[in-house]
Amino acid sequence: MSTSPEMYSLRVNGTEQHVKDAWIGESLLYVLRERLGFMGAKGACEQGECGSCTVLINNDAVCSCLVMAASAIDTDITTVEGLATTETPNDIQQAFVTEGAVQCGFCTPGLIVAVHHLLETNSSPSEIEVKEALSGNICRCTGYGRIFSAVQLVISQREKSVS
Amino acid sequence: MSIFSPRSLPEALEIANNHPTARLLAGGTDTMVEINFRHYEPTDIISLRHVRELQTFEQTGEVYRVGSAIPYREFENGSYAHISQALSEAARTVGSPQIRAAGTIGGNLGTCSPAGDTLPVLSALDAQIELASVNGTRVLSIHDFMLGVKRNARASNEIITAINFSKIDGYQGYAKVGVRNAMVISIASACLVHDPKNQRVAIALGAVGPTIIRCRESEAWLSDNTDLSTNSPISADITNEFARRVSAEARPITDHRSTAEYRKHAVGVLAQRLLKRAMQ
Repeated sequence: MSTSPEMYSLRVNGTEQHVKDAWIGESLLYVLRERLGFMGAKGACEQGECGSCTVLINNDAVCSCLVMAASAIDTDITTVEGLATTETPNDIQQAFVTEGAVQCGFCTPGLIVAVHHLLETNSSPSEIEVKEALSGNICRCTGYGRIFSAVQLVISQREKSVS
Repeated sequence: MSIFSPRSLPEALEIANNHPTARLLAGGTDTMVEINFRHYEPTDIISLRHVRELQTFEQTGEVYRVGSAIPYREFENGSYAHISQALSEAARTVGSPQIRAAGTIGGNLGTCSPAGDTLPVLSALDAQIELASVNGTRVLSIHDFMLGVKRNARASNEIITAINFSKIDGYQGYAKVGVRNAMVISIASACLVHDPKNQRVAIALGAVGPTIIRCRESEAWLSDNTDLSTNSPISADITNEFARRVSAEARPITDHRSTAEYRKHAVGVLAQRLLKRAMQ
């Protein structure tokens, strides 16, 4: 089937979103931010190096800057906005605040999505598995220590709530 | 300008046949960088995301058939991590987890960069590349598939459908030099495969020539001078001479990533390390 690159729809956070007047080469990052108003994913390097644009496509964490938006039809796209509401942050977001893992905040949405993806696939990752999972997300403020502390906090809180 | 999202291989082949200038889009991790940096202006695109046939894996006896749209992650630590240790190691060195979840082995072949991380592995394994078109399927040796810097033997109406290679019982490994450990395009790389049953070692080099280099002369010299039916340790003289010969077979250039001299030296070191790992 052929999709007109100017008009198609994407399923973002469970809702069909119509994209109009688009150019074929637009990345998913661009379409999310500039056409659909999802400002969570951030654009920095536009070559997959920084991870600040991380979203989930069919539960895989990917760089939305490297996804051709019109090729993402009939997939389930989840952005940071789909993980929690502004009024009620989820446990990962709260742990980032508690541990001071947020400084300028630019990389944070990508990191939240990457941590969410990690803990969905592995609920008790080792330290090295956490580092590996976040190796595609660059933070220039924190030095990562507080980010790792935030992840450990989420892991221990979730373990407590299960037991 | 159109983007096609075929739902089956026959449909994809029909579209490729009717739109010879269309670009095939697999994971998008190469094409989107080109577009984002305005190095490439897309016209027609054929997205392979929804072509299920390209994501299949089969094993027949000792031969693996790997669908071209399988992402690196599946070879790194996913469903197919067990089929080749070298492929697993090479996949691990590609970009970041996000890139390895999207980028595919067929995309690596399609781009055919001399620095493509899975390509030295496929060369050392003597992989066979399946190319399909509306006229049927042909199978090409990896050595005939890769033609030069970002050039391969795929015709405009063909789609890379699968990669075939045999299970090998001996050591196999991949090593790469870059400026740091994560997110790096290789300055020089090497894959070594030891096949004790056939008493041979294969070594292929990446990023030190216009395409992947198989070091046939070094391989022949090694089998003439060493018992390759076992993995018993071999003398330092032999490993050093092997490294020197591998280095001599490299044909690197100086570019923004490194110099020809350094690359020549580095592949020798990689060859020596891999041979030591194989023979212990």
